[in-house]
Amino acid sequence: MIKKFKMQDVDCADCAAKMERNIKKIDGVNDATISFMTQKLTLDYEEGKLDQILPEAQKRVSRVDAEAKILY
Amino acid sequence: MKSLTKKQKKWLTRILIAAAIYAVVIILDKTGIINGERYPWLLLCLYVVPYLVAGYDVLKKAAVNIIHGQVFDENFLMTIATLAALGVREYSEAAAVMLFYQVGELFQNYAVEKSRNSITELMEIMPQYANLEVGGNLVKADPDGMDVGSIIVVLPGEKVPLDGIVIEGSSMLDTAALTGESVPRKVSEGEEIISGCVNGSGTLRVKTTSTFDDSTVSRILELVEDASSRKARAENFITHFARYYTPIVTFGAIALALIPPLFFGGEWSDWIQRACIFLIVSCPCALVISVPLGFFGGIGASSKAGILVKGSNFLETASELKTVVFDKTGTLTKGEFSVNEIVPAEGVSEEELLEKTAFAEGYSNHPIARSIREAYGKDFDENIVSGTEEEAGHGIITHLDGKEVLVGNSKLMEAHGVEYQKNSTVGTIVYTAEDGRFLGSIVISDRIKDKAEDAVSKLRESGIKKTVMLTGDRQEAADDIARQIGIDEVHAELLPGDKVGMVEKLIEREKAEGGKLAFVGDGINDAPVLMRSDVGIAMGSMGSDAAIEAADIVIMDDDLEKIPTIMRISRKTMRIVRQNIVFALAVKIAILILGAFGLANMWEAVFGDVGVAVICIINSMRMLRAK
Repeated sequence: MIKKFKMQDVDCADCAAKMERNIKKIDGVNDATISFMTQKLTLDYEEGKLDQILPEAQKRVSRVDAEAKILY
Repeated sequence: MKSLTKKQKKWLTRILIAAAIYAVVIILDKTGIINGERYPWLLLCLYVVPYLVAGYDVLKKAAVNIIHGQVFDENFLMTIATLAALGVREYSEAAAVMLFYQVGELFQNYAVEKSRNSITELMEIMPQYANLEVGGNLVKADPDGMDVGSIIVVLPGEKVPLDGIVIEGSSMLDTAALTGESVPRKVSEGEEIISGCVNGSGTLRVKTTSTFDDSTVSRILELVEDASSRKARAENFITHFARYYTPIVTFGAIALALIPPLFFGGEWSDWIQRACIFLIVSCPCALVISVPLGFFGGIGASSKAGILVKGSNFLETASELKTVVFDKTGTLTKGEFSVNEIVPAEGVSEEELLEKTAFAEGYSNHPIARSIREAYGKDFDENIVSGTEEEAGHGIITHLDGKEVLVGNSKLMEAHGVEYQKNSTVGTIVYTAEDGRFLGSIVISDRIKDKAEDAVSKLRESGIKKTVMLTGDRQEAADDIARQIGIDEVHAELLPGDKVGMVEKLIEREKAEGGKLAFVGDGINDAPVLMRSDVGIAMGSMGSDAAIEAADIVIMDDDLEKIPTIMRISRKTMRIVRQNIVFALAVKIAILILGAFGLANMWEAVFGDVGVAVICIINSMRMLRAK
């Protein structure tokens, strides 16, 4: 399953790349891309695991930039 | 700077206040009003004010990040560098570094915001509402969620909200937002219209043929938005580079600060200062922001020209093209047949030949018959035609006013023993005979697109080494068209299935020479070839799902000259990206080397960080204005 999420306050491109790397490592995530320019997260995940993936992804995003949010 | 957001305005105000305080303090310091030698603590206190006003948020973020274990974050590096500078009594430098760092950050923020907005402008083609017909009344409704087959009315000046078919009315449509084409297109009853176009002065009643998510406009916007997630090699290089560059430079800084003073009796303050220089230039922001920004701008510029590029990687590949392969019918030619030449036999007039042939072809729906009727252009009395028979693969036999008329190819003439004059012009030849007497021949051929020749010569000017044409046509016909347009290489008499194999062979050959190959097709039946080539370009495919799916670059209208345009845009993008990479790395490395030998100061380091970033971003922003 591929789904897109809007993001807020991703302020630096390097951070976006870091968040992307960390989200990719979450169990159940096949692939993830964060576009710094469009402030969007594209998540390719195993079906049914989204509820566990999203909070974990948000946690990893916050770790890089406390203000950044995934809107879901 | 009206376009600043609230957050940016606050930020700017803070920087200005800090700068003002800093100016006062530096005057007090440099003019000797405050004696720094005697009162270093007073001086420190004074400089700390602008330092904190400008950079308290940086310090805060750095603290939060350390708790989260993010050590190589730019806030953290900046904090360490400035605190160390304060520690070695470089007060004015420390405050200035923080101040300029913030100026640079604000500028980056502004630049990124601006680029985002330029893409949002493109999003303005997104329709907000549709006038839905409900029981004879018009209701403004959200096009999202509307059923296929709904009846909507598009008033003058409104955007077409969904794809559909006109069931009443006619108007001129402005397709500029989708195709970059400024000449409006006429639509009338029974014709398809595409969402995102702007209606001219007529009112149109439309039966929708798509849901909102499947409509052309939604798909286009999604495509442009997604384009930045398919990264070019240059972008991946930067991401990888950034991952290693920062830690390496940071460890370099630590080594520089500790080793010489500990083991070689160096002065602590001197070497710590040199380490600070390392920390300041250790941020790769100049590259990390400006490179994707350049690609983003390139994709935006293409969209404005009516060219959809599905990813930064395709823009990169397009800049390396050496060979362009064209499909013939529908791409280089219009795919419409027309009468090219009328050659009457002796004693027969052109009109007579054309008239008799047109009558005989009657109501046949064959494209060739249609083109002859079109050339004749007058109405005819169908009652005089009778007893039409078709001879498969040869032509037809019919009766006009009781006379037997044969219309067909040379085989038909031979089969009926007509003495005919062979016409060896390139194209499809139709021979006509009446009661065994040869009347003449008509040459029908596909029309070459007006701009085909120009486009091919422009491609050559822009560095394309070879143009190739693929077609299922006869060799002579293909050669003739290739000669007229200026195509270098022709592969004719190909079956539809042969094209993929042929393109594969060409790609192999191209690879050996280190170039890339693009295939240009009309996208209707070329999907496999489009997918196989390095860059698949689909033309004139506004609204064709298959083409948008399969192609890497979609040219919205039928304009062949957009191919040289996309080459120009891609080259410009790559040039800017390379300039930025080379410039940023050269400056940073130079400052690192100078800094290590004590030849650079903190000011130069700030330039190496913020200055370089600003210059690279400004350079990338040129792409937003590119045409």
